[in-house]
Amino acid sequence: MVHDLYQEIILDHSKRPRNCHSMADATRQADGYNPLCGDKLKLFVKIENDIVVDVSFVGSGCAISTASASLMTESLKGKSREEALKMLDKFHELLTTDTAVSQDLGKLVVFCGVRDYPARVKCATLAWHTLKSALGSDDAEPVSTE
Amino acid sequence: MSTLSKQVKAVSAADFDVERIREDFPVLKHNIHGKPLVYLDSAATAQKPFAVIDAIRRFHEVDCANIHRGVHELSQRSTAAYEETRAKAKRFLNARSKDQLIFVRGTTEGINLVSNSWGRQNVKAGDEIIISAMEHHSNIVPWQLLCQEKDAKLRVIPMNERGELLMQEYEKLLNPSTRMVAVTHVSNALGTINPVKQIIDMAHAAGAVTLIDGAQAAPHITVDLQALDPDFYTFSGHKVVGPTGIGILYGRKSLLNAMPPYQGGGDMIKVVTFEKTTYADLPYKFEAGTPNIAGGIGLGAALDYIGHLGIEAIAAYEHALLEYGTEALSRIPGLRLIGTAREKASVLSFVMEGIHPHDIGTLLDRQGIAVRTGHHCAQPVMDFFDVPATTRASLAFYNTFGEIDALVAGLQKVKEVFA
Repeated sequence: MVHDLYQEIILDHSKRPRNCHSMADATRQADGYNPLCGDKLKLFVKIENDIVVDVSFVGSGCAISTASASLMTESLKGKSREEALKMLDKFHELLTTDTAVSQDLGKLVVFCGVRDYPARVKCATLAWHTLKSALGSDDAEPVSTE
Repeated sequence: MSTLSKQVKAVSAADFDVERIREDFPVLKHNIHGKPLVYLDSAATAQKPFAVIDAIRRFHEVDCANIHRGVHELSQRSTAAYEETRAKAKRFLNARSKDQLIFVRGTTEGINLVSNSWGRQNVKAGDEIIISAMEHHSNIVPWQLLCQEKDAKLRVIPMNERGELLMQEYEKLLNPSTRMVAVTHVSNALGTINPVKQIIDMAHAAGAVTLIDGAQAAPHITVDLQALDPDFYTFSGHKVVGPTGIGILYGRKSLLNAMPPYQGGGDMIKVVTFEKTTYADLPYKFEAGTPNIAGGIGLGAALDYIGHLGIEAIAAYEHALLEYGTEALSRIPGLRLIGTAREKASVLSFVMEGIHPHDIGTLLDRQGIAVRTGHHCAQPVMDFFDVPATTRASLAFYNTFGEIDALVAGLQKVKEVFA
């Protein structure tokens, strides 16, 4: 019934989120907030020589937003800043368009089911919007998905 | 509630022919995601009966004209139908006079009208406005704006863990600087029925003016304005099975007469010259521009419909549903009800251990069950209970005991997904 949305990997990451902790030596951080649901997220990114060497998050949210943050952190490690921003665009496209699913996204393709739940797109993109804010400047303003 | 009144309620609840009533609501026949719709979001907006849908359609088909303007037949008809709703609202609220009833877009505009017109004229630096810990944002933000503009102070009546206002704390907050006490009659997030009669009397004794947000009370319990005697009372048509974009603000005549207009325009004037404008008498002074005529006529049909069923019978039936739902949800392991006041109406707000309300909402929706998830425009209430959001099932007289069973079964399925 709803397994197109709540796929096993999403449920797994929502129950046992990876990289879910704060980071003392982060070089950038940003806050994300979805006023519609009350989902809150703080993202920590450590960049060395323009490469994301570590990324983590803390916060509270629904299964979709937590799993999205968790899977995002896994996918970003080792990527350059530019590659990370490109992934963001592709992820957004995956959720909001009917175009063919890009295989570059790896595990993140599990979120393609969100397409059919427009009310939940903001849940899945909160972490990514926050990432954009974190990568955008050194002292990022909190982002809101509204 | 006494045992006797419970028995009385049980008797009348059994007589309530909900299946017959459901025939009046076309949307209830529809399937959602292949399942029969179980609509448990009436606190957000109520569904509409044929009587309301037909009244709006008929107006557009055969009576459509602007009101208070033309001498032609259609304008006479539309004016009469629109004004008739004011008379119906007077009966619905047991108001003294229909001149005290102003058409507004809804509760939010009713409160904003008072905070802008009465508030700006009467609130000065150092004055205090009292609201409560369980207000909807629409009864917080307008007063905050006023306080910021006037350098006045917003004070908040606290509540206990059940979601009941602490009346002793309220008494302490009242003082000679209190200008306004603005409190909700029934909480949208918790379902609490507040002791508004007592709140109003205490405010009056302290020399303060009162506004009661009736958005969640009007659909569910008797509102008797002559008995309550508030200075202002407001509700939304769409929550009493009427259309959106129309509501009523009641005001004390002496206050309304002394208040400046809220908006300027056509229909709210007697004489206009470039030097000076004389305003229309009540209630038209506060009704600038062409109003929501179709909405007003639809609201009239809605109040007739509610009146036909009888608000006491509605309250009794809904109370029985609420008690059944409270018991059924309480049996679900890991579920915590938010809002357990002794006096409650219509609302079952809850959280489930380890499962976010938005996931519950999506999973229930796929089973045809419509609930509200989120902060219910009452973020301070969420903060108080230390939850980011809740799931809210809100009841109306067209809901059935079977639909509560469907909710419980739906929640079991939610638990299976997250097991």
